[in-house]
Amino acid sequence: MLCCTEESKSFALVPGSYCTSEDKTNFGGLKVSGEEGDQTLLCWEKGRYPQHSPASSSNPSVSPSVCPFFKSTFIWRVLVCFYRVKMASSFARVLSSKRKVGILSLVGAGSLTVGFFLNKEQRVNAGAHVRRIYPPSAEYPDLRKHNNCMASHLTPAVYAKLCDKTTPNGYTLDLAIQTGVDNPGHPFIKTVGMVAGDEESYEVFADIFNPVIKERHNGYDPCNMKHPTDLDSSKIRGGQFDEKYVLSSRVRTGRSIRGLSLPPACTRAERREVERVVIDALAGLKGDLTGKYYSLTLMTEQEQQQLIDDHFLFDKPVSPLLTCAGMARDWPDARGIWHNNEKTFLVWVNEEDHTRVISMEKGGNMRRVFERFCKGLQEVERLIQEKGWEFMWNERLGYILTCPSNLGTGLRAGVHVTLPRLSKDPRFPKILDNLRLQKRGTGGVDTAAVGNTFDISNLDRLGQSEVQLVQTVIDGVNYLIECEKKLERGQDIKIPAPISQFK
Amino acid sequence: MHSSFAHLQGEENITEARGTGVDATMPFGNTHNQLKMNYTAEQEFPDLSQHNNHMAKVLTLEMYANLRDKQTPSGFTVDDVIQTGVDNPGHPFIMTVGCVAGDEETYEVFKDLLDPVIEDRHGGYKPTDKHKTDLNPDNLQGGDDLDPNYVLSSRVRTGRSIRGFCLPPHCSRGERRAIEGLSVEALGALDGDLKGKYYALKDMTEEEQQQLIDDHFLFDKPVSPLLLASGMARDWPDARGIWHNDNKTFLVWVNEEDHLRVISMQKGGNMKEVFNRFCTGLTKIEELFKEKGHEFMWNEHLGYVLTCPSNLGTGLRGGVHVKLPNLSKHEKFGEILKRLRLQKRGTGGVDTAAVGGVFDISNADRLGFSEVELVQMVVDGVKLLVEMEKHLEAGQSIDDLMPEQK
Repeated sequence: MLCCTEESKSFALVPGSYCTSEDKTNFGGLKVSGEEGDQTLLCWEKGRYPQHSPASSSNPSVSPSVCPFFKSTFIWRVLVCFYRVKMASSFARVLSSKRKVGILSLVGAGSLTVGFFLNKEQRVNAGAHVRRIYPPSAEYPDLRKHNNCMASHLTPAVYAKLCDKTTPNGYTLDLAIQTGVDNPGHPFIKTVGMVAGDEESYEVFADIFNPVIKERHNGYDPCNMKHPTDLDSSKIRGGQFDEKYVLSSRVRTGRSIRGLSLPPACTRAERREVERVVIDALAGLKGDLTGKYYSLTLMTEQEQQQLIDDHFLFDKPVSPLLTCAGMARDWPDARGIWHNNEKTFLVWVNEEDHTRVISMEKGGNMRRVFERFCKGLQEVERLIQEKGWEFMWNERLGYILTCPSNLGTGLRAGVHVTLPRLSKDPRFPKILDNLRLQKRGTGGVDTAAVGNTFDISNLDRLGQSEVQLVQTVIDGVNYLIECEKKLERGQDIKIPAPISQFK
Repeated sequence: MHSSFAHLQGEENITEARGTGVDATMPFGNTHNQLKMNYTAEQEFPDLSQHNNHMAKVLTLEMYANLRDKQTPSGFTVDDVIQTGVDNPGHPFIMTVGCVAGDEETYEVFKDLLDPVIEDRHGGYKPTDKHKTDLNPDNLQGGDDLDPNYVLSSRVRTGRSIRGFCLPPHCSRGERRAIEGLSVEALGALDGDLKGKYYALKDMTEEEQQQLIDDHFLFDKPVSPLLLASGMARDWPDARGIWHNDNKTFLVWVNEEDHLRVISMQKGGNMKEVFNRFCTGLTKIEELFKEKGHEFMWNEHLGYVLTCPSNLGTGLRGGVHVKLPNLSKHEKFGEILKRLRLQKRGTGGVDTAAVGGVFDISNADRLGFSEVELVQMVVDGVKLLVEMEKHLEAGQSIDDLMPEQK
């Protein structure tokens, strides 16, 4: 292992160069070939990434996101240099050191991920400072009529502290909060009011993101709590609903590709790279997950109609919450829909996140839906790792997505369920609340219920694992069905005790 | 803060700023631009295969490759220029421009793109052509006698940009507020029949708002995706407002689609009076700005510089609401308008339909003709249209009234 400290050297990453340290510690690294021959340059701790299946020794899972450096003998500094790379499948990531902005460039047909390297203080350092003509007080937004999480926590002091910072990619606070400035409030829900442009946004602008996250996620404190990730569907108990009441079951989440900017900030080329990486991986799915990709720009009339009939097609966002954040730019370039032949596993590419992954089927077999969900996600993850990519994840915030409301699991597991009597009972909202469930109309968020059919799903996203949340939905929906049955028989129902939030 | 740009007259080529985004002076200036440079021009080039706007007609991969590492001193890039054109492939009725300027220097730094767009949009206006400005209302002939039985109202509008400040697609909140402050101060010094009051969008009372709606003065947050995609609706309604004189005949919009939109209007057909007030008011406002050390963006090639290339030159749209129920159904209506260098719109403005045979008829040109020349065309043209309408009402033919191409 080598500690490279000079900032003037240029390096190229050797494809396929995962390696382990000679002394068999937990640190792995990337081989780099440069002016002085091959060296092992970056390192991070192996095995920190959530292992959903037994780790294979030939394909170590690495978690470059957090390097605690509790081994004081290992002190590394990132060596960065900037040069432009002109290969079709290459990309570059801007990382920063304490002193300067630079780029670690990657060469090779199978683009390797860049280790998300942190210095020994375990902080992402911001990129170049932004020079302003006007003082922060002149730029501070007028939030007096606003009611969103950002407005609740963005004080002039916080704004002044953060307004001159940028992430290594150049994303700024003003960009992050634009959607919240432009959209003062939503009639039904307190919106978040800010987005992340890249993974580092959550670090560089932690002073505003942390309180927003805490408020939105009901007290989860990113500063001192850890988020559990668990995609082992065998742990689920029950999960087969009474189909007299439950019409359909669905689990969705999102995943972001580490090293590429998120939809509010990505360039056209980055977005196209996300598309390429994702559909390349999806093409490797087999068995009941075999499927096909439909690019929004290329789909035929028939394909489009079929997708509409299947209720799979997503439209260009019209909600100003989304358009003001910039995620609809260049529509429909590099957007598309992938689904398996059986139409039970669906992936949206470059809509509100890099990917949105959905497992669903008619009826009440939530167990099977979740099994497929976990299997599909793990397969996709394995396939992108084969090519040297990985998902954005860290143990503080779980899976990193564009909107802070989707951090953690990003998971919404729900059912369409008919509850004609219970829905009219005045205790219904309280029952839902105590079960940590929410109701929506059958068109999704911002819609009303049709007939007596509701969309019931988990409230929480962060602080509990996928297994825990899905179990909550299963137990909760069973309880609701029991209440409905009781009311049918003329019996009285009880409001359940509130279940604890962070397990 | 303005003085660094004040000397620019469009000819000097010191407007480019290359290199890192650290030089950019706007808050969201473009360290992000560096990220794009890690991809090839091909990888970043937009897919314009479905597009039909001026930008899409002109922008080639080679041009994009040459321009993409440039930025104006405030950090505006070619991707910023074209974003609205990329996001809006085409308009059903009109050929849209598909690009905007973020500051005065945009027209210099990205001239390779904007010159051909301007030439295409403004009837062959060449990069070497010079534009004449004439705001002397005495040079207008006639115009005070349009038949009020047909001409319901007359109106002249234009825009002005304050030199040294970024334009609405690019300005920060601080900058937009500064523009508002300067404008309100200048307008506050107007007197006589121009004396008036400013209504900030975010502070107005319910009654004020209703009154402005009834007067047809209030402008809404833009909903057209053409405007939204360029970023000019950010932070709405911060630092936006409406100023009008007590007589409600002179109106200024602050920070809507441009820094200032200046409108002179009144019921009836006395276009001369409208134009008089227009010129007087504009000249006075310009004086007041100069007193404070500011001037309008102007140069002798492009005239007055505004956000959209379609509004360069005079930025002037002079028009009337006129009843033409018979003429509008005539097969030669379109041809007549074309020869008179006029255009028709619905009475709600651009993107609206005509109601009850009443049309908004205005000059089609903006650049390459002076203000007086354009209003003259409107006055002469509308006079002819009304005469034709009367002929058709009386069952007479209009064949011998057909105009020559202007």
